[in-house]
Amino acid sequence: MMRLRSSLFACCGLLGLLFGMAVFLHGFFPSPLKSFGSAKAKVSEIPGEPALGLASNWTKLPSPLFGKVVIMLVDALREDFVFGPKGRQFMPYTRHMVEHGSSLNFIAKAWPPTVTMPRIKAMMTGRIPGFIDVVMNLNSPTLLEDNLIWQVKSAGKRIMFYGDDTWIRMFPDHFVEYDGTTSFFVSDYTEVDHNVTRHLDNVLKRSDWDLLILHYLGLDHIGHLAGPDSHLVGPKLNEMDNIVQKIHMELLSKQGETTLPSLLILCGDHGMSDTGSHGGASSHEVNTPLVLLSPAFRKKDSFTVSEYVEQTDLTSTLALGLGLPIPRNNLGCLILRVLEERSLREQFRYLHLNGYQLSKLVQESIPTYEKDVGYKLFGIAQKSHGSWIKLYFEGNTSETLANLGKKVLRQYLDALKLMSSSLSKIVAQYDMYSMIMGTIIVLEVILLLIVSTPDALGSTAEFEVPLSAAFYSLLFYLLCLMLTAIHIIVCTSTKTSCYFCNVSWLLVATVIVLISALQCVLISTLWKRLTNGKPQHKSCAAANSSWSELDLLLLLGTFGHTLSLGSSSFIEEEHQTWYFLTNTLLLVLFQDVCRKYFAANDLKSKQSKNPEDDDCHEQQTAIHGLFETSSCDQKDDTSKGYTYSGESYEKWLTLLSPWIILVFCRVLRSLNQTGIKWAHKPDFGHWLTSSSHRTELSILAAVSLFLIFILVQRTCSTVSKAALALGLVGIYCYRAAIGNLTFPWNPDKHISKGIIEARFVYVFILGILFTGVKDLLKSAFAFPDTTTNSRGLWEMYNGLVLLAALLLRPHNLPVLLFILVVQLILTKFIWRILDYDAAQITIIYYWFGQASFYFQGNSNSIATVDVSAGFVGFENYVELPAVFLTLFSTYIGPLLWAVHLTCYMSSERNRYSAAVGHSCYCLVLLRAIPASVYIILVTSLRYHLFVWSVFSPKLLYESMHTLVTAAACVMFTAMDQKRMITILKK
Amino acid sequence: MRDIELRGMFSAHIILVLSIVFSTLVPSLFLDEFSVTGTHLLWLCVCSATVSAVTIVLYLLLETNPTSSKKNSPSSKVTKIFRSCLLFFISCVIFHGILVLYGAPLLVSFRETFMFAVLLSTFTTLRCLCMLGPNVQAWIRVFSKNGAMSIWDTSLQITTICSLFGAWLGAIPIPLDWDRPWQVWPISCTLGATLGFTISLVIAPLWIYWHKKHLTYKCR
Ligand SMILES: [Zn+2]
Ligand SMILES: [Zn+2]
Repeated sequence: MMRLRSSLFACCGLLGLLFGMAVFLHGFFPSPLKSFGSAKAKVSEIPGEPALGLASNWTKLPSPLFGKVVIMLVDALREDFVFGPKGRQFMPYTRHMVEHGSSLNFIAKAWPPTVTMPRIKAMMTGRIPGFIDVVMNLNSPTLLEDNLIWQVKSAGKRIMFYGDDTWIRMFPDHFVEYDGTTSFFVSDYTEVDHNVTRHLDNVLKRSDWDLLILHYLGLDHIGHLAGPDSHLVGPKLNEMDNIVQKIHMELLSKQGETTLPSLLILCGDHGMSDTGSHGGASSHEVNTPLVLLSPAFRKKDSFTVSEYVEQTDLTSTLALGLGLPIPRNNLGCLILRVLEERSLREQFRYLHLNGYQLSKLVQESIPTYEKDVGYKLFGIAQKSHGSWIKLYFEGNTSETLANLGKKVLRQYLDALKLMSSSLSKIVAQYDMYSMIMGTIIVLEVILLLIVSTPDALGSTAEFEVPLSAAFYSLLFYLLCLMLTAIHIIVCTSTKTSCYFCNVSWLLVATVIVLISALQCVLISTLWKRLTNGKPQHKSCAAANSSWSELDLLLLLGTFGHTLSLGSSSFIEEEHQTWYFLTNTLLLVLFQDVCRKYFAANDLKSKQSKNPEDDDCHEQQTAIHGLFETSSCDQKDDTSKGYTYSGESYEKWLTLLSPWIILVFCRVLRSLNQTGIKWAHKPDFGHWLTSSSHRTELSILAAVSLFLIFILVQRTCSTVSKAALALGLVGIYCYRAAIGNLTFPWNPDKHISKGIIEARFVYVFILGILFTGVKDLLKSAFAFPDTTTNSRGLWEMYNGLVLLAALLLRPHNLPVLLFILVVQLILTKFIWRILDYDAAQITIIYYWFGQASFYFQGNSNSIATVDVSAGFVGFENYVELPAVFLTLFSTYIGPLLWAVHLTCYMSSERNRYSAAVGHSCYCLVLLRAIPASVYIILVTSLRYHLFVWSVFSPKLLYESMHTLVTAAACVMFTAMDQKRMITILKK
Repeated sequence: MRDIELRGMFSAHIILVLSIVFSTLVPSLFLDEFSVTGTHLLWLCVCSATVSAVTIVLYLLLETNPTSSKKNSPSSKVTKIFRSCLLFFISCVIFHGILVLYGAPLLVSFRETFMFAVLLSTFTTLRCLCMLGPNVQAWIRVFSKNGAMSIWDTSLQITTICSLFGAWLGAIPIPLDWDRPWQVWPISCTLGATLGFTISLVIAPLWIYWHKKHLTYKCR
């Protein structure tokens, strides 16, 4: 037997849950390096033309179709920006070429996640990137897979690149000349494009290049700043149109010098949603224009509705067009329209090459490839192709040749489509074995947590974990053996490359032991609970089983929210759920306050009449009543003896406070419109960030920072007060330096990265955190008293607030202000008057944390993660701080509420005994329940249409949230530990 | 005594339910394009007008509140009516405010939101006004714990809570992407409130009947 405090137990539980989730995630997200190595396609492996019996003379790669190729990639170029009314208005030249020039135009569908790096990867490798690539988007490692750029380079051609430096990080040493611009300073949308265009005149005059890639970021930045309907879009499209015209004219004028026709490709990597962001799967984000301009194409006489192609189709088309082998992992199909001016034999030759590459890939990645419909059809098509060639060589020009030709063409196209689609399904294949193992761990942890809730929320907040008993039991060893056997059977029987079969034996052993141990602990705990029988307070529970409205709402809200995760719309609009719940919560709080003040006189007489009933009520708070335990929070007598006749001023303030919070919530709700359904609605955030309202934003930020100082300095020591003030001033200077805000005396400062200012603030943040840690250590070891301890905790909290103020965008500073104001109101007024227990307070804190998360503009889509926070104070990308800062800035709301809960609970220790342990346990339960239910839901919904666009991002958000909560819980546990030490020393 | 009272309540409630049904069905006989979701604003007006008319008429006929039936001078009656109207209006404004706080658009569908507030007031405040008079103290008494003093108070509690809860539940399907006409603000909420009110009208007498033994009303 092992006695554990509930906070430590909860913390261990959460860590176990996190481990289980990690195993699950590895199975759920196909790892990008799992199935595709870094092998490259070689020219020597090119198949010859299939010719039945005859030896075809065409065994080499076909010669290139195009000479100079220019890829002009305009980031976030939406389909209707070219083909829609905006295109007609702002891109006259392109539109003219599309309608009457020798051009081909398509709508290229980008697969979600519609984020730049995965899209570039998709276009260059032809493979649909796994979802995990989005996470890798942050540090864009070198692309090792076979790709177009590598093929072009190894064919001895010269590539030049100007634009987004993601390319340079992905393809280092591939470009003979390049100039990268960083995409993280979103507020700048002119300079990024000038940086690209200024090279153009020089480059176009020269002829020492074969492939020119231009990646324009300005439009994407405008989208993020002001949305697709802003007045900035028009001029930007016009600028892009002029560049198209310039390049096209220049290419045409050079046409006489070379034999091969040139090609200009205008495309977008992804679209732009109606709010201007991207990452999701809405049609505006997915549909991008693809315009090919080349003298090789037939001149058009009328504008036809563009046909749909996949974005990956560009890879094989371009590779064959340049006379190169198709990248090995390409899933795209050749766009046949490019070849419409060519002879049938050539068309067949290209289709065959593409089909051959796809069939090779099918052979490698599908174990039962012989049964694949596309693969079989390709075999048939190859045969028909052979007989067509035979007829062709025989000089047959009759009807049969034409008919056979049509048949071959159709068969090839169908085979390509089928093989491509069955391959893209492979990408989305789940590793069920790891998923099941992860789910088992998660389920065991959550069950254990739920089963031991009555003990954990008991008066001592301690309980016994039958750990040693578990290890000595036979069941444990039997389970271990059984799981090992299953592991061996699973990993040897199928050919599937399970992630779990490839990891080291140590990890597998850990998982197996963990699962068996948890199972044994769970069973013995359950056994203990069943044999111990019901606690003696049952009569009390029966007598006073009515729950207050608050308890009802808290339970209903928690479970309702958990259930709502099964619906994709409720995940997309999760912020609505939380706003709705917090609103109702505040109304219930108001009702409780009212009852306390107005109905107090009636109740007083009633309570004095029936003291036993009263006693029962004290003991039986509803959350505990749920698990039939006795409540333990011995509330301080001062709170009970609160005099209602007290100052009416405070009474009215208390009555008013829920309404103040409600109004604040309503204002913040319209600060950032998130989600999908109402995301296009105008909000204050966009209004404030538009460049014409910089003054208003500056005033707002200054006022917010000042108020933050007023609110935070109450709990500061003098030294950290000064540090805080300087830090907040530094934050304003930083925002002014990077151009978000203005100084009234210096409105047109030039924009810098604000490195010095940000580092200046970091110094103060670290200073305050250091003071806090020092105090905590002092209280733990040197002078064991609670005041130093709580002072240290508050210092830590204040340091985190300062960090949050630095990382939040200026228009989101009111969210931080809201968090501080609500925390002040709750602790100063509500908790003092209403005797809530630790569990209720924890749930309320959790709800506010969730609401703050969405107030900040977050959502369950990857698109809303503010990556720029990772670069505050850094010259360029440094992985560890960038990840930490981005994570922190995303979870500011939940984290600050959790940390405040720790501070509050440990400073009110004499009021709520054992409350730290209780609230920690409740926090863990609150996080673990939705996380584990979501894992089961997502497993059952893994073939849902929205799994990649809605459910997967949510899964990532859930696991990140669990990670953040685990961090907060470790702090909690440390605080609880302190208490034990303090008591021991006394 | 109790049974007669209960029977009276049941019949009064049935009349109210019928009035709601009529307000939904009858206008479509006269107006061509009348439907609950299509011409929602009109339906809201008709429904709240009918319900309030029926409530007031029932109140005048039944005289449910014995304390208010003492002889009143006409001037005090006038002030009472004035106070009632004022309270009704205030309750509409408060409901509107709460709806906006819940996220209803501030300007876009102002009339719909306000009519929803009027409907909620009809279902809750108007009944309070009729049964308890414009006496806020009595309201607080009825809605505090164990504050009901007659079966009418209990039924008032039930109908009020059910109407508000219905409206609350009605907001839940709004975010779903089904694109149905009734998902538009505030139709699902008004329907929820109406449904809650209707159900509570039926449930209230039955509930009182089943809990007859447990319900003990203290007299003041
Ligand atoms: Zn992009
Ligand atoms: Zn972007």
